[in-house]
Parts: sequence; C-alpha cells; structure tokens
Amino acid sequence: MSIFVDKGTRLVVQGITGRDGSFHAKQMLAYGTPVVAGVTPGKGGQKFEGKVPIFNTVAEAVAATRANTSVIYVPAKFAADAVFEAADAGIKLVVCISEGVPVLDMTRVYPYLAERGTRLIGPNCPGIITPGVAKVGIIPGQICVPGPVGVVSRSGTLTYEVVYQLTRAGLGQTTCVGIGGDPIIGTNFIDCLAAFEADPKTKAVVMIGEIGGTDEQNAAEFVRKKMTKPVVGFIAGQTAPPGRRMGHAGAIISGSSGTAAEKIAAFERAGISVMKRPADVVPLIQARLNGSRPARKAARRPAAKAKPAKVKKKK
Amino acid sequence: MNIHEYQARELLARAGIAVPPGVMATSPAEARRAMERLGVPKVVVKAQVHAGGRGKAGGVKLADSPEQAERVASQILGMKIKGLTVGKVLIAPASEIASEAYVGVIVDRATRSPVFMVSPAGGIDIEEVAAKTPEKIFKATVDARYGLLPHQAMALAFHLYGDVALVRQAADILQKLYRAFVDAGASLAEINPLVVTPKGEVVALDAKIVVDDNELERKPAIEALRDAAVEDPSEVLAREANLTYIKLDGNVGCCVNGAGLAMATMDLVKYYGGEPANFLDIGGSSNPEKVVTALKIITSDSKVKAILFNIFGGITRCDDVANGIVAATRQFKVDRPIIIRLTGTNEKEALQILAGVGMRALTDMDAAVEQAVQVAKGGAAA
Repeated sequence: MSIFVDKGTRLVVQGITGRDGSFHAKQMLAYGTPVVAGVTPGKGGQKFEGKVPIFNTVAEAVAATRANTSVIYVPAKFAADAVFEAADAGIKLVVCISEGVPVLDMTRVYPYLAERGTRLIGPNCPGIITPGVAKVGIIPGQICVPGPVGVVSRSGTLTYEVVYQLTRAGLGQTTCVGIGGDPIIGTNFIDCLAAFEADPKTKAVVMIGEIGGTDEQNAAEFVRKKMTKPVVGFIAGQTAPPGRRMGHAGAIISGSSGTAAEKIAAFERAGISVMKRPADVVPLIQARLNGSRPARKAARRPAAKAKPAKVKKKK
Repeated sequence: MNIHEYQARELLARAGIAVPPGVMATSPAEARRAMERLGVPKVVVKAQVHAGGRGKAGGVKLADSPEQAERVASQILGMKIKGLTVGKVLIAPASEIASEAYVGVIVDRATRSPVFMVSPAGGIDIEEVAAKTPEKIFKATVDARYGLLPHQAMALAFHLYGDVALVRQAADILQKLYRAFVDAGASLAEINPLVVTPKGEVVALDAKIVVDDNELERKPAIEALRDAAVEDPSEVLAREANLTYIKLDGNVGCCVNGAGLAMATMDLVKYYGGEPANFLDIGGSSNPEKVVTALKIITSDSKVKAILFNIFGGITRCDDVANGIVAATRQFKVDRPIIIRLTGTNEKEALQILAGVGMRALTDMDAAVEQAVQVAKGGAAA
C-alpha cells in the first residue's frame, strides 16, 4: 500500500511539451508511471514520445483518458490557473512542481480546491513517489526502494539525502512526499501523517521540516494525540539567521517564531525521535521499528522488522 | 523584498489613503530644502532603512527649523541601524496626534489566507503588543477570492474607535490598504501608527510593505522600487545569477544544491564544530556558469578558509558542477582549499572531470563536512 499515489493512478502532465515537463514526463514513463495524457494548449492531437496523447485542455484529457491525477510543470505565473483548470476538470489529486508561484495566487487557489474536494501537493515541491509503483514529480527513482517507511518533507534534495541513507541501509519506503517549501502549500505535514497512520504498510514515518511557520509544531501535536506509529524527525536551519529567507520562500524566522529550537522542542514533547543530522535517520528508524516505543493499543502482532530491501547499485 | 517607508507611503497615497506629505532626502542640504518646501513649523526626520526600532536607535528626530533639519539629517545619514547604513531620510510634518492605532494585513500561513490585524494600541511594535496585551489585537480572515468585505472592515474599525465618523474613515482606509496590499503583491502591509488628528481626520503616519519576491516578475513597477544600495553587493551579484546567497560570519564557505540540503549542510558544519560562512543554493538545473559565479562570491569573502561543495545530483547533474569548478579554477585563482562531496546523477563523469585536474571528491556528506571543518581550522588538507 501507499498514500496518495498507487496502482490506480492515471496521470495527466500539464505542460508536457515544456523543457521541464518533457524531461520529467520521460523519467516518469521510464519509471513505469501510468502517464495517460499530456496537456499543452495548441498541441492537442499530437503524441508525446509517440505514445502519450496530448490535449488542449485538462477537461478533454480527463474525458478521453479518465486521468485522475495531474502534475504541473508550467511556469510559475501560469501555475495557479493550471491548478484551477485541473480542479475544474474533476482531478482529485494535483501535484504542482512549479517554483516561484506568488503566494497571493495560492490564497485564492486553496479555498477553491477545498470546496471541490481536490487535494493539492505543493507548489514548489519535488512531488511524490511510491517506490516500485509510480512517481509523480521529480524525485529520482533510483534512490528509492519499496519498504515500510513513510517519508514527508518540505525539501527536495534534503529528502533525497535522507531517502538515500535509508535505502542504503536496507530501509525501503511506502511513499515519499515532498510537500513544498512555500509559505502556503496545499497538503501539510498533518495531512500526510494522517494518511501514513491509516496506511497498513507504513510502519514508521520520517518527517523532515525546516525553520519558518508552525506546521511542524502542529504536526508534533498531532503525533502526540493521534499517532500510534513511530515518527522520526529532522529540522533544517538550526544555524539560520532570523529575518532571512533561506532559499525556500517559507523558510524564514519571523521575529522569534518559527525557529529550529522551538520545533525541535515540540518534537521532543511529542515523543518524536529527533535526528541531529541526516545520517541519524537510519539508527533512529531501526530503533523505533524494533519497538522502542510501545503501541497504544495492545499489539496484535509484534512491531514488524524492516525487511532488508534490495539496494540497486548506482550506475 | 523590502521597500522603504517613503515608497510604501507613496503606494498607500496612490490607493487613496490620507498620508501627510513627505519628501525623501539623501543629503543634509536636501533635507533643509525639503523642510522649506513643506512649509511647516516642525518636521520629523526619519532614517529610511529596512529595519525596525529606528526610533530607539536614534534614527528618528524632530526639527523646528530648516537649519535644524539639515543638522539632524547630517547626524542620521550615514549612521548604522542594525548593521544597515542609512542613505536616505524622510522629512515629514510633525503631526499633533490625538490617538495611535495599528492596522495591518499579512499572508497568514496557518489559515492560508490574508489576515487583517488591528489594535487600538498602535505606535509600538505589534509583536510587543501581541506578547504583552494580546487582548488588544483583533483579527479578521479574508477570503482572497472576494477581498475584505465591507462589514469586516467596519467590524475591525469598531475595535479602534468609538465615534462612528472615525469608524467609517478607518473602514475606508482598511479597504484601500487591502487593495494596495494586493496591487503591490505584498506579503505584509501595515500602517503603524494610524492616527487621529486634532481635526478628527484619520491619517497614515508610517507605512511598511514587504513584497513577495515571486510577484516581482509580473510587477515591474514594484521591482523598480528595489534599493540595491542597501543590499550586500555579493547578495546582489548572486541574485542576478539566479543563486540564493546569504552571508554569515563563519569560515566554511558552502555551495549546495537545494535550500533544505543547504541549510542541513550549514547545520552539519556547526555539528562538527565549525561555523558556516554562508548559505548558498545553486538551484535545481545548475549550469557550469552558475558554479563559477558561486565560487567567485564565496572566495570574495576573506573570512572563508575552506570551501565545501555538497551536491546531491537529481536534476542537478554532478558533471555540470565539476565542469563549473574546473572552469572557475581556470578563470581565476581559487586560493582556498575545496572539499567536494557529490553523489547522484552523472557522478562518475564528474569524478573523471575532477581527476583530470588532480581534484578528488567524496561521496559521503558527513565525511566531507568534517574534513572541511578541519581544514578551515588549519588542519591538514585532503
């Protein structure tokens, strides 16, 4: 099992003929993702790579291919409209990779989607991968293997670093979700934690946060009150100065709020094992999978040991 | 992007908010002429820097003659406030004030919406009000699709004033403030203080607007308000090359792909007992030229004793980064040791490129960071 993306995923790529869109559409196809359609206005009727039909609108793509998930690679200034278009076409999961989307655009997008029951992941995110099944976005497929660990993160390459360390240690993943580095994002930590809690295959969760905002603090509260599965957490930006945006638009300490120290303290209060550095993920996950924290309900079966997953040799 | 108070006042005035006249000056003589032009008996001379606490730092002073305005301006111009040199002052009439309030709108992460905040306790830092007397702050969440509704504006204004004539004026200002906020592509727009004059007029005495950097591409008029003179020159160079660079105080220069990994790398430098000299994200689809510029920027910091590359190849190709490093060493003298960690896309090609010029690379992040810290401390190079 997995969260958000599974065998039933039928993907439409918005911006499939653009520079980033075409590059990553090929990668997603190569990974085995069911890419059923592409959209580029004016290129309807053509085929991508000789096999994926291209449509002028998302609505046409959905009508013809029953696409249920969309991934967006359009330039930032068109991203909000692309999300609206996907929602209007009845898409229930929209993953927006585009970086640099104005935050006021997102304040209009979010309530619109909420009213239509469409989930947005991102913007400014690497997307989502269910190893061995499908990838929607730009996470390198070769660093992931199937297994029992759920991963959720605000970052891109830092996620790859952590996932790679897990994979090398034989700890595979159910699903890895990059929720994005912007101040307003469609899916937050709690949404992902709740989904991992409900996913029977996920045995432990890694949560990678960073400075700025209160999403990690709220997520820690959720872990304390609602989660039975072990959670291991990391906060990037312990050495970041206040008042400066650290690359991600959302990574900023405002006044005295949103610091790494505040988030780490919230993690500790919630019983989340805190990684001091990315490499700590392996021993901490191993310890938690071996049951260093008792499950709330009487366990029907002992905490599953991680099966050593096969690590693909890198080329 | 931050803009100056005098620029924010102009944007508010353009939105129809009553703002007392003000003149910007860059020299003491200009300050004197500004006061003559305003033709008022008393002015306030205010430092224009992107920092709070200007008053406490001595950056806001009164003057009751053009000569005094000149004298006061000469004291303020050139002074440093929170490390920023004052290059401009605003000359504005000193107002008689009956009351001071705070009104502001921000993009709120938790509600994913614009949120208005108002308080009858204005004139001081709103964070201080929030900490000490949170009951004096009133909020309203805006559905960005419809904007601030008139009844919301009225309800907020009733928290500020008892007199309905003042309430109506304030509600009108709130509507206009919201429009200015949206038009500027702001993430914050505030008036502090919003004052009532003895004549019963509600006017904006001070304004602050912070613009969302992601709006600048589609708002050239706002981009034109940028004051590059108050930015660190290396940060300007980085921005023009599409790099994100933030200077810090340590001696381990960092060059990383991705913001999260860049922060984690800085943290790991600290973990191993070192101090990062900077945050630098070369971004996703890096080309060799970007790496050359990155190295120029890092080496221009004389405190840097070791340069650490941490590249996790995904979209970023390791061979691009290796080519950039080699190109940089050919273009100018990189006189500090470079420690390279790279793994992922085209790692093998990158190692060959580096080997061709006698450079090596590590594949483990911890090993590379530890080594960079040791080298920066004067230990043996790799």
